Order: sequence, then C-alpha cells, then structure tokens
Amino acid sequence: MSEDEGRPAPEHVPLEKITDHIWKIPQYKKDMNVSGIVFANQSLLEKMQADRTLWQCANVAQLPGIYKHAITLPDGHEGYGFPIGGVAATDYNEGVISPGGVGYDINCGVRLLSSDITEQDIRPHLPVLVETIFRNVPSGLGSRRKDLTISNSDLDRLAVDGVNFLVERGLGWKEDAEHCEEQGCMMNANPDVVSNTAKSRGLTQIGTLGSGNHFLEIQKVDKIFNLKTAKTFGITHEGQIMVMIHCGSRGYGHQVCSDYLRIMEHAVQKHKINIPDRELACAPGSSLEARNYYQAMACAVNYAFVNRQAIMHWVRQSFQQVLKRDPEKLGLQLVYDVAHNIAKIENHKIDNETKKVWVHRKGATRAFPPGHQDIPTDYRNEGQPVLIPGSMGTSSWVLVGSQKAMDLTFGSTAHGAGRIMSRSAAKRKYWGGEIRTSLEKRGITVKAASPMVLAEEADGAYKNVDTVVDVSDQVGIATKVARLVPLSVVKG
Amino acid sequence: MSWKLFGGKIEFLEHTADVYVRTYGVSVQEAFENAALAMFETITKTMKVTHAVEDEITVEAEDCYALLYNWLEALLVNSEVKGMLYSKFHIVDWVETGDSLRFTAHIWGEKFQPKKHVQKVAVKAVTYHRMVIMQENERSIKLEFILDI
Repeated sequence: MSEDEGRPAPEHVPLEKITDHIWKIPQYKKDMNVSGIVFANQSLLEKMQADRTLWQCANVAQLPGIYKHAITLPDGHEGYGFPIGGVAATDYNEGVISPGGVGYDINCGVRLLSSDITEQDIRPHLPVLVETIFRNVPSGLGSRRKDLTISNSDLDRLAVDGVNFLVERGLGWKEDAEHCEEQGCMMNANPDVVSNTAKSRGLTQIGTLGSGNHFLEIQKVDKIFNLKTAKTFGITHEGQIMVMIHCGSRGYGHQVCSDYLRIMEHAVQKHKINIPDRELACAPGSSLEARNYYQAMACAVNYAFVNRQAIMHWVRQSFQQVLKRDPEKLGLQLVYDVAHNIAKIENHKIDNETKKVWVHRKGATRAFPPGHQDIPTDYRNEGQPVLIPGSMGTSSWVLVGSQKAMDLTFGSTAHGAGRIMSRSAAKRKYWGGEIRTSLEKRGITVKAASPMVLAEEADGAYKNVDTVVDVSDQVGIATKVARLVPLSVVKG
Repeated sequence: MSWKLFGGKIEFLEHTADVYVRTYGVSVQEAFENAALAMFETITKTMKVTHAVEDEITVEAEDCYALLYNWLEALLVNSEVKGMLYSKFHIVDWVETGDSLRFTAHIWGEKFQPKKHVQKVAVKAVTYHRMVIMQENERSIKLEFILDI
C-alpha cells in the first residue's frame, strides 16, 4: 500500500481524541487562529495520516477571520492547499475568501432523478437504454451535441439565469429549478468578471459529462433506512429505478478558479496576508478581488447547474426513446441537485450570536436541517436531501441534513468516497477489461468513452463510501435515508 | 514506483488522485517542452498525433513557476478551444527582464479524431501543488508539477 500513498506531512500533526468519530487538531502552531476538527473513524483517520490531509487542515486554520474550526470530513484527502472533504467558514467582513477553498471544478455536484419504473420493468431494456444515453449525452474528449448551439450572449445569460435558461427553451420541466440547491440559480452572477478564456472553454463544453470520476448511473433503491423522509423525497420502494448524474462546470469553472488564484496571489501581497501555501491564496471578504471572484464563481455555479440540467433532459429523452412512454408518465422527477465545491454567504450561530460568514465547501455537501428556509417547501419538514455518490460500481447514498450539522460543521457533511490508490497504481492492479467483466458478473453494464478510465476508477482505488456515510450518520451531521446501487454506468 | 517515458525525459510519479509529473531537460526550455509533452501524454498517446498543424503561442509571467503554470494552461486552453492535440513543442525567444519572463513557442499537432487518437483522461487544470523547478547540475533541469484531472 505504501507506494500508493502521498508524501507524509512535513511535520507531525498532533491529534486529540474527543469521541470515536471526532478528533481535534489543537492550535499547535502560533499562526493557527482556530483548532482543526476531524470526523473519522480509526481506519479513515489512518488514511488521512498517510498523506498531507491533516497538515492541510492545520494550514486552513491559519486563514484570517476563520470561525470555530477548520473542518475535515470523513472522506477527507489531500488536495491543493485545502484538503478535499473540508469546510472553512470565515467572517464576511474580517475574514477572507479563497478560490482554493472551492476548487477547480466549481459546483462539481450530483443530481438524482426518481422514477415510477421498477427493476423488472427496466432489465430487458438496459443494454439499449445505456447505448442510447451514451449516444445522447456527450462524454469523453471533445464530444458535444450539435443541436445545443450556444452563442456568446447565451453563455452570459445562462451564467446569470441558471437552470431556467434551459427550462424556458424546453429542456426541462417548470418544477426542476425548485429542486436544486439555490433553486438552480445562484444570485450575484456577473459574466463581466469572467475572462474570455473561461468563456471560450465554456462555449464548447456546455452539456457534456467530462471524464475522470464523473459519471452517469442508472441505479435502483437497494435499502430504505428512513421511510418517512424517503417517501417525501419520492423514494418509495426497494427496486425503484433512479438516475444519478455527477459532473461540474467543465473548462469554464476550471478557468475561473485558475484566473482568480492568480488574482488572489497579488491580493495576498497587496493586503499583506500571511498564508502557509500558495494555493491558499485569498482576499479579504470586503475587497474588490473577493467580490469579483464571488460573482465569477456564481457564474460557474450556474454553468454547472445548466450542464446537469441539459444532461438530465437527454436522459429523460433516452428513456422516452427506449421505453416509448412520456418521461412524465415514467415519473422521471428531479429529486434534488447539490453542489460539492462551492462558497456561500450564510448565517451561522457562533458563540450564541448569528454571524454572516463565507462558507467554503470543498468536497463537502450542504446538509441543512428541517425547517431551514433554503430547502424546497415540499421537503422543508424533513430537511435537505444530501446526495453522496460512491465510486464506480459501489453504492451511492441519499442522506438528510440535520441540526447537528448546523452545530458542528456549518451545515455540511461528506461528499463521496475519496481516493486511496493512485491512478497508475490502479492501472497496474486492474485493467479495464477485467473491471468490466467483474462489474458485468454483478449485473452492472458499463459504457465508457475511455476504457483506461475504467481501471483508474476501479472501486478498489477508493475508500469505502459506506464507511464514510456511517461516520456521518453516527455523528449525526447527515443521517441515512436510502442506499442506491448501480445497474448501469456511463463514464466519460 | 514511477513510469518513465521518452528515454527518461518524462516520469509519472505516484499520486492518489491526480497526475504527478517529473520532466528533465538540459536547458529550462527543453524541460518546459518536455512538460508540455507530458501533459499531452496524459491526455492521449502522443505517438499517434502527427505534426500536421503548426500553432504559435506566447507566454509571460512574473516568475519561473508562474511561467510553467501559464505555459501549460495556454496549451490546455488551445487544445480545448480548437479541439487540437499537440505532440511537438519548440520554445524560442526566451526573454528575461527584471520583473518578467517571456517566450514564444511553436507547437505542432492535429485535430482530435476519436477513431484515430487514444483517449486517456482529460486534464482539468494545472496546479502549483508541489511544483518544483530545480537546476540539478550544469546539464540537468528538473521540473515537477501536478495536473488536476
């Protein structure tokens, strides 16, 4: 295993055990403004200790204006500057905002559809359905739909309007936007602060799945843990067919992040901010650099919502083409759409006082409790749906947010499995054909633009998502609603 | 354990989530050219990419690290926007002034063709993470960087 692990941290990071699932990184360096807090069981913690995850958490604790703790979630692993699977909240005025705390793939996220179809109904159609989806949803290098033509002004409009941009053009249903985080349209988006380079990358990639860990899966409900909440979310019985879409803002968001990391590097010097890592580059929340980044990021957030909306529309069409029934009659409803990489302005209780903060969620899912005003009205009594995808061929999860998350993690939980094996190690250990055969033996069909990705994304290369979810459930920051397992996988 | 390619000029190191690259050159220009080759080798098999089309790009930055970042990013953007794959790189006119570095590069490749070219994995972004630019000795410059995929 050792060859697969990252380099260890350049210094020993002390840890204090609070409970079996909660660990504290004390303020062991004078530059740490707060302590770190890690949610993990022993085995997840050992993986974090093998690379720089905890050291990066301690670095994040040095950000000016950070509140309470730098947080590492159960799926935490080494990232760029910030660990992936982390949360940091900073004061709206006195704190900083950092593009690295959001990441390159802005609003990389997950969207889940429910249906009225059962496993028995779909089994005979699966091979054709997967082929149809693979044909309808562009994936892999350079692919795109010729019929989705977007002009420069369209691109700016969709970055402002979000999901409704497509709904108005017939790509989606009126109620889709309501079931997205931010109602599928983040406010304050301003395309004037997005570079032409980002726009030119975005223009050719709208409505494409991308590659790497991004995927589209036809899943079935394997087990329901919370009947009442599941029912509210439209998850009614085991064997029910679901569709999960996992992708982000493509080159548009990557370029926004890259552009603003450079701008923030200058801001760090201009505003004399002391940071331990170039990738933590940031600017004071009240500065022009911060405001521009936030407005550009909001554009990328909306771009990603639109991207997933387009893909969902083509999934609904594919079901219609194969099953010869209207998507409405098949009940292909959007359950919810969540962001995994995002910064938000939110109000949180800190020392019994409500404060306005920048919440950075990098590889983290918002997990708001019942009654919160930002949850769709039909779900508000239950809490916010939390969607956690597994790795290829493993289970994915629907959880629900809780008050505990508001108390402990600024209303957040984990976002996925998190890699434990390098791509090259995975390719040495597995090869694409073998992975395909083993998935097919378990009744899972696979379609991939690049067979090499199959080996790289083998489930053995990831932490066990079930363990990650167990920790979230036991700590109570988001609790189990339903487990989903794949029937078919489409990969970029 | 690592994988060496192109007579040891390029090495892919172990990294859990992303692509960790090391390249060498007798000059910094050659090391940069090899860095570009390594990035496209991550995306495709560069052996199958002919030199049918020539493009030219100019890159500028405040220091050598930012220059490497800008160089790889400019190639990535060109590749995405034009639908091109590149397999040959030649850096000319390297100019260093007090507070900036600049060069022009001739790059060769061809349009991506799904039937002809191998798809490995798309590169999302270049990063500064663990970036190293080091003069190992008089005849060797070593670069290290991570590509976010």
